[in-house]
Amino acid sequence: MPEKSAGTLADSTPVAPKISMPRRPAGTLYRGREGMWSWVLHRITGVAIYFFLLVHILDTALVRVSPAAYNAVIDTYKTPIMGLGETALVAAIGLHALNGLRIILIDFSSWGTRHQKLMFWIVIGLWVVLLAGFVPRQFMHIFGAH
Amino acid sequence: MSVIEAPRSPGVRTARKRRVNWEKWGWIYMRVSGVILVVLIFGHLFVNLVAGEGVNAIDFAFVAGKLADPFWIVWDTLLLWLALIHGSNGIRTIINDYANNAIVRRILLGAVLVSTIVLLTLGTLVIYTFDPCPAGAPADLLPSFCPVP
Ligand code: HEM
Repeated sequence: MPEKSAGTLADSTPVAPKISMPRRPAGTLYRGREGMWSWVLHRITGVAIYFFLLVHILDTALVRVSPAAYNAVIDTYKTPIMGLGETALVAAIGLHALNGLRIILIDFSSWGTRHQKLMFWIVIGLWVVLLAGFVPRQFMHIFGAH
Repeated sequence: MSVIEAPRSPGVRTARKRRVNWEKWGWIYMRVSGVILVVLIFGHLFVNLVAGEGVNAIDFAFVAGKLADPFWIVWDTLLLWLALIHGSNGIRTIINDYANNAIVRRILLGAVLVSTIVLLTLGTLVIYTFDPCPAGAPADLLPSFCPVP
């Protein structure tokens, strides 16, 4: 649009500048978008994996008690419900690991911060591929005949 | 007469001695261990859950077979130490974020520290004192390389 000349200025009615209060705090680098949700997911998966690790060190320690004690506990890992739990665990670890690599790239590369949103979606894409490989195999093991 | 140096000029470090920046090393540890854990964890998951019969193959004999191999002894030791310290340090961050009450925070941090030390000790002892052929155990639960009584 061309600049208005001084002559036409007189005709235009002055418009009050529109400044409205945002209803909630406006977006920052992290709030409410890929940056924030990746952080939420990283935190939740990190805590979940941690508590599994505590239990897993204890159940593995049963190999030092007796073969029968270890087998009894590990057999419960082969039931369908625990099989679904293992699926969730692998999903959580996969997301945490891939997003952890994304965090590392953001921290150490010169371009990471600029492409953090794209990298989040790449993480999701790789995670779907990972699960597409793992879940059918796992379901075959826990639901299939053996 | 003493001269007051401009802030941040080199040599103005008399008031605070230079100390180890533990928070920085924790930050670095999360990233270094993270990269190594990607290899260790996905290898662990592949061998135990995906290959062969998956979770159905796991029993005492399976573990004994793995722990008879120095390769898996090193692998499992690294996995234990790197993952547990990574996780504990992450939990420490989260406790510091949310536990505003000083007493509650100290209790939680103390519990994490104690459980980490106990589990590192227990896990390491299990790996290095493991006996694949315990006396008196039924032979059908033992790995095939155990001497037949
Ligand atoms: C698979 C490889 C893994 C990678 C690449 C990875 C990477 C990372 C990275 C980069 C951080 C961020 C630290 C920070 O922001 O300063 C982190 C945090 C964390 N990780 Fe991992 N990690 C892995 C495995 C694990 C495992 C096995 C556990 C549990 C035992 C775990 C538990 C946590 C926790 C609890 C946090 C803190 C989360 C937070 O502060 O919000 N991670 N991880």
